[in-house]
Amino acid sequence: MIVEIGHFALILAFMVSIVQATAPMIGASRGWADWMRVAEPAAALCWALTATSFAALTWAFVNSDFSVKLAAEHSNTLQPLLYRVTGVWGNHEGSLLLWTLILTLYGAMVAAFGGALPPTLKARTLAVQGLIGAAFFAFMLFTSNPFERLPNPPLDGADLNPLLQDPGLAFHPPFLYLGYVGLSMSYSFAVAALIEGRVDAAWARWVRPWTLAAWTALTVGIALGSYWAYYELGWGGWWFWDPVENASFMPWLAATALLHSAIVVEKRDTLKSWTILLAILAFTLSLMGTFIVRSGLLTSVHAFASDPTRGVFVLAMLAAASGGALALYAWRAPQLRAGGVFAPVSRESALVLNNLLLAAAAGVVLLGTLMPMIREYWDGARISVGAPFFELAFTPFMVALAIILPIGAALPWKRGRLGRTARRMAPALALALAAAALVWALQTGRSALGPVGVGLGTWLIAGALAEQLERARLGRAPAAETLRRLRNLPRADWGKALAHAGLGLSFIGVSAVTAWEAELIRTARPGDSLELSGYVFVFDDVRQVPGPNYVARQGVFRVFEGGVETARLTPEKRVYTVQRMPTTEAAIDMGLARDLYVVLGDPQDDGSWAVRIYVKPLVNWIWIGALVMALAGLVSLSDRRYRVGAAARRPAPAAVAGAAE
Amino acid sequence: MSARPAARLRAAALAALCALAALGAAPGPLGPGPALAVQPDEMLDDPQLEARARALSKELRCLVCRNENIDDSNADLARDLRILVRERIKAGDSDEEVLRYLVDRYGEFVLLRPRFSLGNAALWLGGPAMLLLGGIAAWRFVRRAGRGGAEAGAAAPLTEEERARIARLLED
Repeated sequence: MIVEIGHFALILAFMVSIVQATAPMIGASRGWADWMRVAEPAAALCWALTATSFAALTWAFVNSDFSVKLAAEHSNTLQPLLYRVTGVWGNHEGSLLLWTLILTLYGAMVAAFGGALPPTLKARTLAVQGLIGAAFFAFMLFTSNPFERLPNPPLDGADLNPLLQDPGLAFHPPFLYLGYVGLSMSYSFAVAALIEGRVDAAWARWVRPWTLAAWTALTVGIALGSYWAYYELGWGGWWFWDPVENASFMPWLAATALLHSAIVVEKRDTLKSWTILLAILAFTLSLMGTFIVRSGLLTSVHAFASDPTRGVFVLAMLAAASGGALALYAWRAPQLRAGGVFAPVSRESALVLNNLLLAAAAGVVLLGTLMPMIREYWDGARISVGAPFFELAFTPFMVALAIILPIGAALPWKRGRLGRTARRMAPALALALAAAALVWALQTGRSALGPVGVGLGTWLIAGALAEQLERARLGRAPAAETLRRLRNLPRADWGKALAHAGLGLSFIGVSAVTAWEAELIRTARPGDSLELSGYVFVFDDVRQVPGPNYVARQGVFRVFEGGVETARLTPEKRVYTVQRMPTTEAAIDMGLARDLYVVLGDPQDDGSWAVRIYVKPLVNWIWIGALVMALAGLVSLSDRRYRVGAAARRPAPAAVAGAAE
Repeated sequence: MSARPAARLRAAALAALCALAALGAAPGPLGPGPALAVQPDEMLDDPQLEARARALSKELRCLVCRNENIDDSNADLARDLRILVRERIKAGDSDEEVLRYLVDRYGEFVLLRPRFSLGNAALWLGGPAMLLLGGIAAWRFVRRAGRGGAEAGAAAPLTEEERARIARLLED
């Protein structure tokens, strides 16, 4: 019964989203206020219905109702409650339901908090949002129904993939979807603005919080996924340039670019048509991420052709969403007029350069991800594009970005002088060069990666700090005055400084672990001691340990540093009883300076065990940097100007004459 | 030559797809089972040769896996390839010769970093080309912005309707 209610609510949500997509749009173009007002209750209702549907599916998973096909295939009575809940989105159908839940949540939030929006813009934005919702509801109801029943329910379910039974991965998809779907808000705003024919500073100010929220969630989602891969997959890699990872990374790059270009629209009323285009592209990349992950196109064009229903549906959706919006863009964008005048050396130009580098970097990732499919389709050639390609082709863009960032971020709007800004940044530059030189001297003769990475990271962090201190007139005003100024700097500026410093932390982490990781792979018996990078790992024992839905063999290692025991590590090899699937659980001793990472391998014929040990310097800085960036997003979101709201549009309408019909 | 690997590939691809479908948008190469990768018994005694083998292994694709290199993969085929790479190195091949040997046997699919060729020109030159074209467009935009009115030339003249509104506003 509850499951049927969920199914019915989903069908109703589909109907309501069709109303949400059409009535406000017609109302906005005809000027019928009551039709426009339909958007708000429709968006709220749509969310309530989807939430009901989601709750019903969760109920089926938690109560192990195996007459529901999805629960039978992805849940199990032995599974801990946490994984019965997260199992709801650990599969295709359920993850789509989560997607629509978040989509409608954003819609309901615009309806609730968008009070200051002009009625037509609000109606059109919600209508576009409803249209996206309708497409996804149709996709679910017609090709991927999560509420399908089984005529003969099994006694017990098939269990969730053991690799997914992990807190890191359990919460990875919701964050990722908050990001993906959040970009639908920027998209809806962009399309609505194109229909209105009007993009101005006020528009940018309304779009920015949504983009910022999406970007923050996407940052957290990607970091969680990367961290999960690090500790779960068993060899301590943290980024694999896998197409599925790239699918989330491209929208992140586009969203980062959008975040920056929207600042230019907001502050300087220029770069509008590029910002609109970016908003469309960012969401297109999100949809494409869904498409390449869901369609089977990843593995082979042939795998896609063998079961095309879902793939073709998503492809049609992708074509309609991007094609429709781009056509509208081609028609309306030339009418957008720019206001701001600025010199080649200015914050505006620096942000244009930022966008150029981020867009080209996203383009490289896109090319690399799609090229195997394109070649296979084009001339039948099978090629692979993996990490070695991306490391070579992508990294230069990030290095260039890091070099220009602190200077560009400190340039004044409209007209700046490079020499002047560079002088202000001189202490930061000196610090960065000193850090690089120190690292170079310490490591003597290894690759340049370490010094360069640490130097760039320091440059980013010190640059961000230097700019804030400069604005607080450190050294030029009394200390009390400096403190007062620091306190009064807008939250958005603190967000900016934090985000750039976070990027610096990630830079340092990435280059340190790439340059200086130490590794030991060998066979050992209990009683042996192994030495790596000044640590002694004593292999004590291997013992049997039972788990809730698995059995494990657990190795016991004690780690000594300078004769003192610093850690006790227990890596496991597990076999999940239902799926008969073996997994390895690495044991990690985490630290700011280094991670000690031990993996227990297979037993050998002579009674010894294969053992892998890594010492990973500064590896946690990668994710700490990402978290600092996400925190920066939150700090920036709390800025006063979003809370106060942008009630007053610029009095002089920079509208396109005649565009509003 | 390529018929059997292709068939195996498809089977593995389907298996990977199932894992993938279950995974949603999560990252990571998901071969089934634990990732054990290069084994102690495969490794060469000479640390210099072994380092070369490890570096080469990271450039080579495990043909039956989804985007995994043979160094990380625990598939049987990856093990065979790891041993093959080490055999070639012991036989005195240079890195380039080892790669050529594997490409001759398994096709270009085995390389995780595609060679520069006519077919791959778009892949390798796409990034620099985007940067160049985008750079030219950006430079023109910035130049025009310096002169005022970046996006649609100079400020367009007012329409009749706007003139009328201004007149009304001025009268008030």
